[in-house]
Amino acid sequence: MSHIVDTMFPPEAEDRGGAATPLLAVNGLVKHFKAKNAVVRAVDGVDFHVAKGETLGIVGESGCGKSTIARLIMQIIAPDSGTLLFDGEPVGSAALPLGDFRKKVQMVFQDSYASLNPRMTVEDTIAFGPRVHGLSHKAAVTRAHDLLHRVGLEPSRFAGRYPHEISGGQRQRINIARGLSLEPRLLILDEAVSALDKSVEAQVLNLLLDLKDEFGLTYIFISHDLNVVRFMSDRVMVMYLGKVAEIGSSEPIFKKPRHPYTEALLASMPSMDPDNRTQEAPITGDPPNPINPPPGCRFHTRCKFVSAICANAEPVLHDVGGGQSAACHLANPQSGHPRLAAAA
Amino acid sequence: MPIVEVKNLTVDFGPKSKPVRAVAGVDLHLAKGETLALLGESGSGKSVTLRSLMRLHPKSARTGGSMQVDERDVLAMPYGDLARYRGSIVSMIFQDPGLALDPVYRVGDQIAEAVVRHEGTSFKQGRARALELFERVRIPSPERRLDNYPHEMSGGMRQRAMIALALACNPKVLLADEPTTALDATVQIQVLLLLRELQRELGLAVIFVTHDIGVAVEVADRIAVMYAGKIIEEGPCADVIRAPSHPYTKGLLASRADHSFEKGARLTAIPGTPPDLATLPPGCAFAPRCAVVLDACRNSTPPPALISRHHFARCIRSEPAAARQATV
Amino acid sequence: MAAIADAGIFVPVKASRGYWASVAHRLIRDPLAMTAAAIVLIIILAAIFAPWVAPADPYKASMIRRLRPVGTPGYLLGADELGRDMLSRLIYGGRLSIFMGVMPVLLAFGIGSGIGIFAGYVGGRINALLMRTIDIFFAFPSVLLAIALSGALGAGITNSIVSLTVVFTPQIARVAEAVTTQIRTRDYVEAARVSGAGPFTIVRVHVLGNVLGPIFVYATSLISVSMILASGLSFLGLGTKPPEPEWGLMLNTLRTAIYNQPLVAALPGLMIFITSLSFNIFSDGLRSAMDVKQ
Repeated sequence: MSHIVDTMFPPEAEDRGGAATPLLAVNGLVKHFKAKNAVVRAVDGVDFHVAKGETLGIVGESGCGKSTIARLIMQIIAPDSGTLLFDGEPVGSAALPLGDFRKKVQMVFQDSYASLNPRMTVEDTIAFGPRVHGLSHKAAVTRAHDLLHRVGLEPSRFAGRYPHEISGGQRQRINIARGLSLEPRLLILDEAVSALDKSVEAQVLNLLLDLKDEFGLTYIFISHDLNVVRFMSDRVMVMYLGKVAEIGSSEPIFKKPRHPYTEALLASMPSMDPDNRTQEAPITGDPPNPINPPPGCRFHTRCKFVSAICANAEPVLHDVGGGQSAACHLANPQSGHPRLAAAA
Repeated sequence: MPIVEVKNLTVDFGPKSKPVRAVAGVDLHLAKGETLALLGESGSGKSVTLRSLMRLHPKSARTGGSMQVDERDVLAMPYGDLARYRGSIVSMIFQDPGLALDPVYRVGDQIAEAVVRHEGTSFKQGRARALELFERVRIPSPERRLDNYPHEMSGGMRQRAMIALALACNPKVLLADEPTTALDATVQIQVLLLLRELQRELGLAVIFVTHDIGVAVEVADRIAVMYAGKIIEEGPCADVIRAPSHPYTKGLLASRADHSFEKGARLTAIPGTPPDLATLPPGCAFAPRCAVVLDACRNSTPPPALISRHHFARCIRSEPAAARQATV
Repeated sequence: MAAIADAGIFVPVKASRGYWASVAHRLIRDPLAMTAAAIVLIIILAAIFAPWVAPADPYKASMIRRLRPVGTPGYLLGADELGRDMLSRLIYGGRLSIFMGVMPVLLAFGIGSGIGIFAGYVGGRINALLMRTIDIFFAFPSVLLAIALSGALGAGITNSIVSLTVVFTPQIARVAEAVTTQIRTRDYVEAARVSGAGPFTIVRVHVLGNVLGPIFVYATSLISVSMILASGLSFLGLGTKPPEPEWGLMLNTLRTAIYNQPLVAALPGLMIFITSLSFNIFSDGLRSAMDVKQ
């Protein structure tokens, strides 16, 4: 094997705000897209934070806004309103110009093929970012080889190859290597394993865990697969039609969801027990269109606990203890939902 | 007499000088009213097998072996009969309803037209049948929805409409090619339950292709696991899931993230990449990735070994369940 | 790291072929495209080396040898209405005809790609403004536009080339804009933006390599149109002037001979036909050679 030079540096030196400051704090994020004579409320007022070194999972169905959030954080699209604080500093301010922020946050896309330039070799793809940021060609290539090695691909065999010459799992490893090439602190994984075969998915998940330990990374892990999110995440954010339905530590949410939508989502997973198959669909119908979201609680049209209050008043995130918050009237004893009175 | 019986099916693509064998000797049989799940990853040959039953391959593909469906020889069927066979004996649903539903016609008219063409009824009777089918697949406000164009429906509803179209001419066999893969979780389970219900009520024989073990467990009586163009393990659903015999099936089950909830733990992953069909190794195709490989595995393809009455695996390490218990 | 062996097991060790090398590899295996390329090459080489290849002086008239049939000794392809050797005139004619076919396309390729890639990458209102302006040119059939422009600018080779360039630029710009718009939204371009690259770097590294190929293929398919239009302009007296040998002009001057020497009169047309067809077949071959999973 060729000798591999270690070109990556430990990230501790960069920590400015201290351990207690979240790496990323998102406040009041809103993004509406204009469609033909309609407004798509893709992200409609979202607050959350990601602590240093943790993995925040984001789950939800199509149209819930999870991918839009990724693109908003990456500054690929501009938000209508809302602020991002990265390690305590506002993104785009004098303290943290956009260029510096971009180095610190990187993203891995779902489609491993579309996210690689078909005319560029693996090595050039990984070296591109460092070159843009002023590394010499030689240093950038050395780093590319180092990263290839770290994502489990022998540099001497893969550096000169083109994307169409390698398998999907290998391509996704290259996308991960490219994501790491600027030594980011936060890596956003947008359905990064969803297109992979199951036998390869496990390898890539393991690799992501290894890299997280090795480089002290923080992840935002977006997926529609609840099993995978549960495995990867310390905290989970459940989204529904552009809003946060529930957020909190992973285990409590999966064991005792407080939002009926989270509950339905969990119950919709195939049972894996041939003698105990799912007998009834937890909820009916498709997720409504984010163009005209229902008034009040956006989930009320599909919720089995719906009452008049749900259509009128929009529930806010209510802390239910144990680091878990749910935006449901049933989670808030003061909401006046009739079921609460009946239970009491 | 099984309604579907496939013997030694082979399908080759590409030039004759450098063929790529997508299906390499598949045997399968399906009784009336039975659901078989074909489980496998991309390139395993599961979809190709399914499409062979409809003779959907391009002319350049070369198909070998034999396929009997409802006592008809599918490969020998002349083109005239094929049009009747497709739809009224065997029908198919896809991952993308766009493949089955024409975007420029109203969905109700498409179904009516299929009924008229196959059964020679009047268009009005066809529309009545379409309405009945829409009610059957539980599309809300069916009268109104019959006049929708496909793009006016949500993803789950389009999938239901496609199922209605597939059932328009009372087929005996339904072929499902990953019909729920593109759907959201809460919609997927609804469609799976609908398919299960229709299968039971109409006595359909179903072959359900999927890459998701969980989905297979929800719908199937039997599971056949495919790898590199071969069925490497087949048996009753519960046997395959609880007592997998082939190292690949074991690996698939073990690598699922839902087994591992301990923080920081790693998954038991199958190493390596799925095989390239153009450069398959001699012997067992899984051997290069197999953790318990023997020298003999690299020499010849293992024949199916019976584990219990209906459960077999193509692995030289597989033993009958009785023998295994004796040695433990 | 332990995973290294796992992920790499099945990759056959062979040299990677660059994209263009693999396109060339496929193109060479396309017999039709190669035949077309050979024909074009022969005609171009003959035109370049005309003084050595041509058997006679293409300008030397001889009244007694007017309209000799094909096969006359010393006049392999006959003689024209002024008794000039047809073979020599056809060989020399290739110079102007091909030049006037290729040059406007080359110019339009440069200008049109520039406009199209700029419009496509910038997007938004600037794109709309540029592309709607370009749409105006599509209101006129290209033949009419070429004739009108040449007529306004006056006859001559330069003016023909200018007018044909104006005809082809919007067509190429439109294709360039479409391809660029498509590439711009690809994940890998977003990934490059995310890694902090500026627009010029992204266009140079990620856009050009992926759009120039398809635009080039489209441009080669215009060469035949350009040749025919250029010949048409000459035929109408708007391009080359006599006695210059040029296929379109030759077709014009020989048209009176169509009844007594039809074969000779048809020869310039045949040359235009063969050359433009060859360009087209080659362009088709190039497209299918490029149109694979990249």
